[in-house]
Amino acid sequence: METLLNDFSPGLFLVSSILLIALILLMVKFAWKPILDALQEREEGIQNALDSAAQAKKDMESLTANNDQLLKEARAEREAMLKEARELKEKMISDAKELAKSEGDKMLQQAQEAIESEKKAAVADIKKQVATLSVAIAEKVIKSELSNGDKQQKLVSDALGDMKLN
Amino acid sequence: MKNKATKYRHIFAILVLAFLTTFVSYANTDPQEGGIVDTKSEVEAYILHHIKDSHDFSLFSYSDSEGERHHFGFPLPVIVKTSQGIVTFMSSAFHHDDNGHVLVEKEGLNLVKLHGKIYELSQGAQEVAFDEAHHPINATQTLDLSITKSVMGILMIGLLLLLAFSSLARQYRTKQVPTGFGRVLEPLVIYVRDEIARPNIGEKKYRKFTGYLLTVFFFIWSLNLVGLTPLGFNVTGQLAVTAALAVLTLVIYTASGNKDYWLHILWMPGVPYLLRPVLAIIELAGALVIKPFSLLVRLFANISAGHIVVMSLIAIMFTLRETLGVVGATSLSFVLSFFITLIEVLVAFLQAYIFTMLSALFIGMAVAEHDHH
Repeated sequence: METLLNDFSPGLFLVSSILLIALILLMVKFAWKPILDALQEREEGIQNALDSAAQAKKDMESLTANNDQLLKEARAEREAMLKEARELKEKMISDAKELAKSEGDKMLQQAQEAIESEKKAAVADIKKQVATLSVAIAEKVIKSELSNGDKQQKLVSDALGDMKLN
Repeated sequence: MKNKATKYRHIFAILVLAFLTTFVSYANTDPQEGGIVDTKSEVEAYILHHIKDSHDFSLFSYSDSEGERHHFGFPLPVIVKTSQGIVTFMSSAFHHDDNGHVLVEKEGLNLVKLHGKIYELSQGAQEVAFDEAHHPINATQTLDLSITKSVMGILMIGLLLLLAFSSLARQYRTKQVPTGFGRVLEPLVIYVRDEIARPNIGEKKYRKFTGYLLTVFFFIWSLNLVGLTPLGFNVTGQLAVTAALAVLTLVIYTASGNKDYWLHILWMPGVPYLLRPVLAIIELAGALVIKPFSLLVRLFANISAGHIVVMSLIAIMFTLRETLGVVGATSLSFVLSFFITLIEVLVAFLQAYIFTMLSALFIGMAVAEHDHH
């Protein structure tokens, strides 16, 4: 203990205390303060960058979700439009079919009517012709048969028998 | 950048030249001292002498064939406060005498150097007289403010630290991440801040004390490491230097202690009233004496012990020469001192860490916010 105290130099204690205090003050002013400030600033910068990256990711996610929603809506709309068009098409086709059918029916009826009237006209014509023909035949027969009485009678009956009236 | 490097190289070259010229001029002969270290007691005396502070910077000395002693090194300025005021001269005036034989006359005073201390002889005395315990009786000790080897070490390391860390600080002005040597220093700064200051002092208050802790950490660590070089500094092994460090820590935690801290020291809540004064005495002794004392003794003892062990192991070369032979003693000494030096490198860091850690802990105890129970 005595040697220890003997080794203790008050002068060195004084000088080293003064130098240490000076060193601490200088270091704080010229080194530690700027270094610690810069480190803190950098760490905050990194933290901010990380935070904003996370925010951007979140934004991106919501944007994607939005896009998906829009896409879905568009798809549904297209679907609806397609359906509508299909329905319209079917309706048009069925309408056209109906129209065509009714038109056809009408035309058929008209045709039938026309045929009927034509047929009637034709029959009337035939009747007329038959009458004329019969008159002509009858004339001829009468002409030839008038020479022969019997034969005349027979001819008239035969001719009448052959003719069929409808 | 290149210009700067060349400039530094020039300064370095000038410094080296200055040192060399001093060495040459200082290599004077001094036949008074035997200087040969060979026996165990001589080795012991040599070691004890070398862990002490010194007034000159000696690198090595040898005796030539004529028995003359040559010293290599350079003298340092001596500044002492005597009864006649401040006296300054170069330590070479003592001619390496440490036994009070050489008298230096300044301002009408006779000054002698005795075991690393400078004494002022009483008026008219021409020689130091001793009592039975080898204490001088006709001389008084002066207040020695010299630029001793330790002071030079402090100045040198302080300057280097200031240069290194202010250059790191300057780098942050232009870039976010430092390059070069700054990249080595930055993690150390972050380490002290995040592993020593923050956890011990607390998130709110650590910033105010980090500057002190960083300075002390790098100061002790670099001086410990310089102590391991053959330059032979033993700054952190000087009681006065570790005492200065410990007193600074004491002043800081005493000055920044809050109401709770003093309440817990002087009037401990939660114990019987009769015990409180007794506890106050113990707590006061702990806070003002034991804490700084443990800091200063731990650092001093560890570093001094390291120096003594390394030098003793090197001395095996001489002390065991006769038993093991030159080769055996030298190799044993080399192997042992090599491994101890490796351990000392670890101890250099560890002691700096422990000192800073305990300082942070004491400061943290003084500024802690207690929840009231």
